[in-house]
Amino acid sequence: MSINYGSKRIVTGAHYGLRDWLAQRITAVLMALFTIALLAQVLFGGPLGYDRWSAIFSSQWMKTLTFVLIVSLAWHAWVGMRDIFMDYVTRSLGLRLALQVFTLVWLVGCAGWAVQVLWRL
Amino acid sequence: MADTIKQRPGPMRLIDATQYRLPVAAQLSILHRASGIVMFLLLPFIVWMFDTSVSSEVSYDTFTSVFTAGWGFLPGWCVKLVVLALIWSYLHHFCAGVRHLWMDATHSVSKQQGRSSAIVSFALSLTLTVALGAKLFGLY
Repeated sequence: MSINYGSKRIVTGAHYGLRDWLAQRITAVLMALFTIALLAQVLFGGPLGYDRWSAIFSSQWMKTLTFVLIVSLAWHAWVGMRDIFMDYVTRSLGLRLALQVFTLVWLVGCAGWAVQVLWRL
Repeated sequence: MADTIKQRPGPMRLIDATQYRLPVAAQLSILHRASGIVMFLLLPFIVWMFDTSVSSEVSYDTFTSVFTAGWGFLPGWCVKLVVLALIWSYLHHFCAGVRHLWMDATHSVSKQQGRSSAIVSFALSLTLTVALGAKLFGLY
């Protein structure tokens, strides 16, 4: 068993784990509900061109819901990727930290870009 | 005595898992992980598609032309293949994820239940992938 107490505690672990386990499931349900809401709007309304597509995201409530989706996706994906690094990058703590930092930057960058698109409309 | 004891193989690596015949539930599970990675890596592309499709009439035309005229040196059908990979990734990840929530809520974690729920997940996700893929490639 690995020694991970006291001065040997690692920052690149899962810590307690329950919060992120639950967060992954809750964000999954939120994203599923959003998918259904978006799918309903896309399918029921006639042919989809630029006008109808951009109109969907022009209302404040839809922008807010999409924002919730973006934040949920970022947390959900972070937990998933962190689990993958924990499982497969076991020998180098430095490499795992670097991959986690890359993942966070990637996710925050994509989230920021998507939010910018939403509030430019 | 040491030379009559077999050398221990050490911790199992991912590459060792490929030497075993995985049951359906295990195949679904590793594909759940793989589909997550695919979507993570293609996330900037997904945001780009959202950006170009929703920002203006002009950018919307750019968005649709990427599927016909292609993007840079990539032909249109290549872009469609990438989008098909994304469609499969999302559908598989979604179905396998709902299966996880189902197992959490109903505790249906016996070997038989794991097998049947995995088969249902595969059937649903693959059927929808084929249906949406056919639509994407203009088959109907």
